[in-house]
Amino acid sequence: MIDKQLEDLATEAPSTIAPQVLLETGLADGYLRHPGPTGDMFVSFNPRGISSVSLESDAQQFEDQFEVQFRRPVFPVKQLPTRLARALDKALATRRLGTLPIDWDGMTEFQQAVLRKTAEILPGEVRPYSWIAKEIGNPKAVRAVGTALARNPVPIVVPCHRVVRNDGQLGNYYYGTEVKRAVLEAEGMNVDTLQDLADRGIKLTGSDTTHIFCNPTCRDARRTTERHTVEFRNETEARQAGYRPCRHCRPAAVA
Amino acid sequence: MTLDTVGRVNSRIARDLDAAFPDLVRDMQNGIYSGVLRMVPSPADAEDITQETFIRAYRALSEYSRERIHDLNLPGWIWTIALNLCRNAARTRSRRPRTVELDRDAFSGGKGPEAMAMESDENRRWRQLLYQLPAAQRSAVVLRHVVGLSYREIAEATGRPEGTVKADVHRGITRLQEALT
Repeated sequence: MIDKQLEDLATEAPSTIAPQVLLETGLADGYLRHPGPTGDMFVSFNPRGISSVSLESDAQQFEDQFEVQFRRPVFPVKQLPTRLARALDKALATRRLGTLPIDWDGMTEFQQAVLRKTAEILPGEVRPYSWIAKEIGNPKAVRAVGTALARNPVPIVVPCHRVVRNDGQLGNYYYGTEVKRAVLEAEGMNVDTLQDLADRGIKLTGSDTTHIFCNPTCRDARRTTERHTVEFRNETEARQAGYRPCRHCRPAAVA
Repeated sequence: MTLDTVGRVNSRIARDLDAAFPDLVRDMQNGIYSGVLRMVPSPADAEDITQETFIRAYRALSEYSRERIHDLNLPGWIWTIALNLCRNAARTRSRRPRTVELDRDAFSGGKGPEAMAMESDENRRWRQLLYQLPAAQRSAVVLRHVVGLSYREIAEATGRPEGTVKADVHRGITRLQEALT
């Protein structure tokens, strides 16, 4: 009789135990809502660093997508670990990756190379897919670069929105071209000017005082006054005019 | 758990700890929590100790060799950790700090924090009854009848011979019966 009473003392563990254990052992990621450049976003992390950033607005949808993509659970947390919080705030304020740790596990070496290169593009600038391909020593892999960027698990912090089509058009974005435009504009990019150049087939601009040609959004190109700016449709045209490529934005071989 | 399934859990853990561990937590958490709840002062302590037990188990298992994991009496071994923490809990009452703090408000399913904070009279009575037992009898009774461990597993967990454990359970039950009448 007393055995039965004791048996009945067995109870269900609170639903918070397993998530907390899995978080603490790094077998699940934590996530929270965090302000981003165009409103709130979800940020997930684990002991290796930031594992994903999502502009999704619904928490359940975010969790479901995460678990399909990463095949491990993700749980809401109160706050980021202090060091990660500091690094993330800095990365978002400066719009540069800086020392923010990213969980690169589960990415191919190629995708890592693409994303690390993408992280070098400064805020206010854009580069074509072909530029990334060339810079990582794989000039023919333009399409693969597009795929790697489309699967960027950490948008915003690794600024895949700064990579545009080779013809200068904004191109695709996981959350749609309009969101890409909004994110670029939020960091001070004049998308209309960019669009205008693309529409006129202008891929490079140079300065007639230095005889250097640049990607149009290169910070050096933007310093050139309108009066001294010359426009080129391609590299050959620029070279024939006696211009050399900029050493900062390395525009050569932009097809 | 039968001996056979225990053996298979051991192999799974030895093969891929990270893949097997979440299932181990899911399978064992109710037992650990139910038992710990009867040996510490509050449900909050029980939750904390149950978590800490699994976290320590994970860290230890990730250091162990395959052979060592194969030879483990898992329920007994895990309860060794839990019992140690229960003993310490009597001394230090503070919550262990976590590197990441779960957003508990988001967990309404199962037994939420509100339900936990409100302890029933029934629970309080049992806590008092069990608290009157000597520590060895209390843990033996709880592990045998609340958690459902075998005498062999309890012997492993408590580091006492099986015969002594049987005697502890028997004496504990007798005392409880006396207290109840």
